[in-house]
Amino acid sequence: MSFLKGLRCRECAREYPKEAIYVCEYCFGSLEAAYDYDGIKQVLTREKIEKGPKSLWRYRELLPIDGEPTAGFYSGFTPLVKADRLAREWGVRELYIKDDSVCHPTWSFKDRVVAVALSRARELGFDTVACASTGNLANSVSANAAWAGFKRYIFIPANLERAKIIGSLVYAPNLVAVSGNYDEVNRLCSEIAAKYAWGFVNINLRAYYAEGSKTLGFEIAEQLGWRAPRHVVAPAASGSLITKIWKAFQEFEKLGLLKEKLNTSIHCAQPEGCSPIADAIASKSDTIRPVKPETIAKSLAIGNPADGYYAKDVVMQSGGFSAKATDDEIREGIKLLACTEGIFTETAGGVTVACAKKLIEQGRIPRDESLVLAITGNGLKTQEAIQSAVGEAVRIEPNLSSFEEAVMKRPGVKV
Amino acid sequence: MAVKVRIPTPLQKLAEGKGEVSVQASSIQDLLNTLEKNYPGMKERLCDPSGKVRRFVNIYLNEEDIRFLSKEETPLKDGDEVSIVPAIAGG
Repeated sequence: MSFLKGLRCRECAREYPKEAIYVCEYCFGSLEAAYDYDGIKQVLTREKIEKGPKSLWRYRELLPIDGEPTAGFYSGFTPLVKADRLAREWGVRELYIKDDSVCHPTWSFKDRVVAVALSRARELGFDTVACASTGNLANSVSANAAWAGFKRYIFIPANLERAKIIGSLVYAPNLVAVSGNYDEVNRLCSEIAAKYAWGFVNINLRAYYAEGSKTLGFEIAEQLGWRAPRHVVAPAASGSLITKIWKAFQEFEKLGLLKEKLNTSIHCAQPEGCSPIADAIASKSDTIRPVKPETIAKSLAIGNPADGYYAKDVVMQSGGFSAKATDDEIREGIKLLACTEGIFTETAGGVTVACAKKLIEQGRIPRDESLVLAITGNGLKTQEAIQSAVGEAVRIEPNLSSFEEAVMKRPGVKV
Repeated sequence: MAVKVRIPTPLQKLAEGKGEVSVQASSIQDLLNTLEKNYPGMKERLCDPSGKVRRFVNIYLNEEDIRFLSKEETPLKDGDEVSIVPAIAGG
């Protein structure tokens, strides 16, 4: 049974059939999935969700497919880690890490959106799927499409981290490295999408794909005992994730699934070298000025963010703020999360940690209010960025005296 | 000056189904007006009522976003290629 009614323009609210279209013919606004919430309300309860699969498909009624899911059976439902050691470090009372660095199967929150996009791609009759990606999406489309039996074309900026390239190639996609930045890859892909009848997950399937990010918000609320936290800090590239976390909380509230009234502020984290959304929020600007990205956080290096306006609106309406992190602060953030919570996140996660720290220090996030950090990817994928900041192993000969000389007699070592 | 313009799918209906058209124009502003003359209804799709390019429409001159050039005032020369592309979600 499907609760997906159709697609609707986010700008002018014109309605469209639920096909592989993504932009309003009239005003160029993006299209978004529209649901029959009255129908959903009749069947969806906390108990039903709790009995569902331990994956993002436990929220299937709120996802834009008609039939049963056909991809990503193990994606989502990642741990919500109570981060007491990091909380102590920062002097805050209640802190959690939503840990999508362990999302199945490719270790980033993109496995959520791809699970939905490929399930919908199959329903719409595509045999080939494609994407433009800063790396994590490339990995996820490569892996999930291999499993689901789609032909796959993956377009990436040529300067991506090695691990993200190998992490796609291993699934044998047609991997195309474009000389240019992500925004240029995106422009090229929109022209390719117009010419070839493929399911581009972030272009003509975007209305479906983007909804997968809601499940990160659903899980946060469910795992907190059916309440939304007072604050969420999330990283922004295109800005889509921020809007979907917000939408998730609002849908849960609309359906009566939250035990408390929704009172959440969403905060936007961006790297200093690519911060068009954070800057617009900080200056309360009506326009988002595109930038040429220059940052180690390549997964956030989108200079012309498609959902930037919506992300800005969510942050401002929810009473949130923005913060920016320099490359050094990003590395410090990665190390801090690793050393306090044992979680190795990629550069985007470093941005989130560094920005949360700033917002707490600035008093934007009061220390006695609950806070969730959205950690969206895994550090093993961006090792180049941190390599110079983590030191070296102590090298010794394979004998006891070498060990004691080199390791145990170092200044400060006590047995 | 003859300029090649790539038309995005949602607007191809207005351009007799063509994905690419050639127009005479000396600037982006001029190009938008000429498109409207040749294909009535095109400009109101691309521009807001004040005549500015809508915020979800990206226009590229020879692969460069016109917002990094002189926006609507960006001059055009013979042989230039212009792409009109709707904003796309990231990944």
